[in-house]
Amino acid sequence: MYPSDFYYSKDHEWVKIVGDTVVMGITDFAQKQLGDVVYIELPAVGADLSVHQTVGVVESVKAVSDIYSPISGQVTEVNAALNDTPETLNQDPHGKGWILRLTIKDKSELENLLSASEYEKFVEGLGA
Amino acid sequence: MSREPLIFEKSAPGKTAFKLPALDVPESPAGLNGLPLREEIAGFPQVSEIEVVRHFTRLSQTNFCIDTNFYPLGSCTMKYNPKINEKIAALNGFLASHPLAPAALVQGNLEVLKTLEDYLMEITGLDAFTLQPAAGAHGELTGMMLIRAYLSDRGEPRQVVLIPDSAHGTNPSSAHLCGYRVQEARSNESGTIDLAALESQMTEDVAALMITNPNTLGVFESDILRVAEIVHAKGGLVYMDGANMNALIGKFLPGDMGIDVLHLNLHKTFSTPHGSGGPGSGPVGVKSGLKPYLPVPVVEKTDGGWALDYDRPKSIGRVRSFHGNFLVMVKALAYILTLGAAGLKELAETAVLNANYIRKSLEGVYHLKYSSPTLHECVFSDKFQKEHGVQNIDIAKRLIDYGLHPPTMSFPLVVPGALMIEPTETESKRDLDEFIQAMKAIAREAAETPDIVKSAPHNSYVRRLDETAAARNPVLRWEEGE
Amino acid sequence: MSYVSLSDDDRKAMLSAVGIASVDELFCCIPDEIRVKRDLDLPAPMAEPELVRHFQGIAAKNKAPDTLSFLGAGAYPHCIPYVVDYLSARGEFISPYTPYQPEVSQGTLQITFEYQTLICQLTGLEIANASLYEGASAAAEAVLMAHRLKNKPKVLIAAAAHPDYRKVVGTYVKDLPVRVEEIGYGASGGLDLDDLERKIDSETSAIVCQSPNFFGIVENLDRIGELAHAHQALFVVVVAEAASLGILKSPGASGADIVAGEGQSFGLPLGFGGPYLGFMSCRKEFVRQFPGRIAGETKDIEGRRGFVLTLSTREQHIRREKATSNICSNQAWCALRAAIFLETLGREGLRQMAFQNIQKANYALDRLSEIPGLRRKFAGPVFNEFVVEFGGRWPEVESALLKQGVVAGLGLAPYYPRLEDCALVCVTETHQKEDIDKLAGLVKEALR
Repeated sequence: MYPSDFYYSKDHEWVKIVGDTVVMGITDFAQKQLGDVVYIELPAVGADLSVHQTVGVVESVKAVSDIYSPISGQVTEVNAALNDTPETLNQDPHGKGWILRLTIKDKSELENLLSASEYEKFVEGLGA
Repeated sequence: MSREPLIFEKSAPGKTAFKLPALDVPESPAGLNGLPLREEIAGFPQVSEIEVVRHFTRLSQTNFCIDTNFYPLGSCTMKYNPKINEKIAALNGFLASHPLAPAALVQGNLEVLKTLEDYLMEITGLDAFTLQPAAGAHGELTGMMLIRAYLSDRGEPRQVVLIPDSAHGTNPSSAHLCGYRVQEARSNESGTIDLAALESQMTEDVAALMITNPNTLGVFESDILRVAEIVHAKGGLVYMDGANMNALIGKFLPGDMGIDVLHLNLHKTFSTPHGSGGPGSGPVGVKSGLKPYLPVPVVEKTDGGWALDYDRPKSIGRVRSFHGNFLVMVKALAYILTLGAAGLKELAETAVLNANYIRKSLEGVYHLKYSSPTLHECVFSDKFQKEHGVQNIDIAKRLIDYGLHPPTMSFPLVVPGALMIEPTETESKRDLDEFIQAMKAIAREAAETPDIVKSAPHNSYVRRLDETAAARNPVLRWEEGE
Repeated sequence: MSYVSLSDDDRKAMLSAVGIASVDELFCCIPDEIRVKRDLDLPAPMAEPELVRHFQGIAAKNKAPDTLSFLGAGAYPHCIPYVVDYLSARGEFISPYTPYQPEVSQGTLQITFEYQTLICQLTGLEIANASLYEGASAAAEAVLMAHRLKNKPKVLIAAAAHPDYRKVVGTYVKDLPVRVEEIGYGASGGLDLDDLERKIDSETSAIVCQSPNFFGIVENLDRIGELAHAHQALFVVVVAEAASLGILKSPGASGADIVAGEGQSFGLPLGFGGPYLGFMSCRKEFVRQFPGRIAGETKDIEGRRGFVLTLSTREQHIRREKATSNICSNQAWCALRAAIFLETLGREGLRQMAFQNIQKANYALDRLSEIPGLRRKFAGPVFNEFVVEFGGRWPEVESALLKQGVVAGLGLAPYYPRLEDCALVCVTETHQKEDIDKLAGLVKEALR
């Protein structure tokens, strides 16, 4: 269910390392909790982010959720396609529903994140 | 039932529904000189009177309403709206008075304002009222501004307001509009304010605690005196959201609970009609220390009769034009005069009895997260039904098939899958039993034939609507050529 | 008499079902200190016939309805077709709640959708909400919205905008990082464009002006809009007299980005100031910062058209402290009345009503200007209100006419000290020619 090569945060974001950058998104658990996504507010390219800073907002019909950055870095790319088809976040949260790309400032921050199995346990513990 | 088109779809040039008398002054071309005139309003309706009457009559018949259906919306107090109050508010003496008419010409109106203020003071035990706010949320904003003015005048504006996570969304929203930072006041396992947490959270940077009592779970904050003590000890004030006054009226006084500021909802506790979403009226009551800051104008007695006082240097100013939702106040005043002290007491007792009757009848059928005693409303959840894949929204939609308006859903946030039920005091036992039977039937259906619940409603004018599409591709008006 | 519906047997059965002997046991959780110890000191309950007599007595103390009044200033006497009262009184309109369960609220939602469309058509903008409380707080919401969009600290507001609207804007922004500066008015009574050019800069979020303004003058919106946009500021137009939209060029067509105003002229009685009807509209691109409820069109699972409240994540019940506004209950029933009014008057009726307002106001202005000692104060074009200067004798005129049962206008001294000798006179289609002649006659008499 949760790709083993991703890292996860307790706020239900995932990051995937691609060379010197990471790709970031929200997890399947998060999209299920939200329901049908209707809108996403994306950050500007070039924005500098620190760990746990709000990078954007995801809206469903009945809920709103802040997206937090799991690591620090600078935004190099955002998935603008989500503006037209926000439903991609529901359909493919770990793939085509990626949200943004960041340069990595400090690789050691990844150690604070969870592995796939740790995240799965964490989600189970939430008893949803 | 056949679909009623949009009025624009029935419109065609040449049809009229209303005629004005002919112009009786000489027509002057100079009058239009220099005025930027519009082109004809594209697509504006042109229909006949019978088309207007049929249009609105048919549309009205697709609404559930208190006059036809049980409407147990928790936190909304959907009680019966007395019809005589409509007639009284339509007396020409009230209807035809201009808000800026000289005070000598509107003594009746000023008397209505002052009398209502006096009665609300008596009912709440607070020292003064403003009737200006147009709704509960407007009252909250006004109340928070009063608190800010009071504290700023003492040289300590403070930055933070404490609000329980069970609070109505207007509470943090209003506090924020006032420039405050909101911090969550933690609840304990009974669903009430955690005193120990409050003691640690209450600092000299906290301006106020906003509290609803009974809270949105219908539970009375029995530690309220201690809560108020903790807040006052550090120089803060206690704001009470009076939306749940229906449980207390005639029996308990917020003024004695340590409340400094509160708002009431005339369109809840005081029976004025909800009107499909307003107009309401949100009077704000204060302890005497806050009187100087009340919005202007204030009604006062002078030798010449009632007058409006605008000369109040410490006032927070105006929160709206004119004097408030006056005609709504007339209805509330008529209601108080109809009930009297005994009637208000009976109201609260019956509201609480009706709600507890429902609670007792549905305990075990639906999950009750908090076991604390509740007053005029109770909050169940969909936990049992979720085991069959049925959620609160499905239960709500299935109630529609039984001819009942659903309870409030998904609020308060502390109860996942919430169903907040407030019957009010005006429901008969027969109607309460009908609701209870329907809820039991739906619980059975959820276990045995969940699909019929999940695909409800089946019999309504429209079935379940695609709210996702509405939000993803908003169509917010009719356009010509569609 | 409290409108409860339980018989004695019902009560017994219910107490038994709950397992208690009396209702008092349900209130045991409440400390004794806060119990009402004595009965509330309120009058004895009144039976319906007594209640009616009582209120007839109070209403009779109001002499205002029997006077011939020329008051406007944000509350306007207009014809209200009887069907507005007749239809809006239906229990299905007056007794439901906010349409959170759309399947059983299509009447309310479709009418809201129609109302939104009508406001868009009248104001010339693309999106409208389901209503706000009234004109002044609507103007304040518009200022807050403009500030959220532009995030610049300064907002310029016309001094000729309604004084109470400006006060309410001031109250709303007091605790926020927004600075309000006023733009003066010129000899014509309209906004002073030179003053505007001097004061507008890159720190300005918005320019707010009212048209027709408080003096009744119709503003040169095109030019003001140009200046606003040249400085990347938003152009907010406030409309206190909605009837003017029936004939005047729409604010949207003149470059407005946001329009906010008072809809009382659309089928609501004067009612001593409330309930009234705040309306607001804006350009499509601003929708996510737009306050208030909005109804949208969609389909149900069988493909039928239906309407729902939408874009709710802007609102307090979801976004809580980050909401675009704290508004919950609005003025839905007043918006319903406005929809019935507008659909009944129709395009031609609304235009005819506006036309008559202009003609009658100009007739009154002509008659009054003939009187020695009086003069028209401002040269700008008017809709249905105008300012007259009384040569120092306004107080005399006012009291002389009051004695004759006429409220001649609103003295401006409390609002504009420089205009203490002036009064604002309002004439609508409800004034007959003989009413205007009577006014002129009595004023002339008083000044002799």
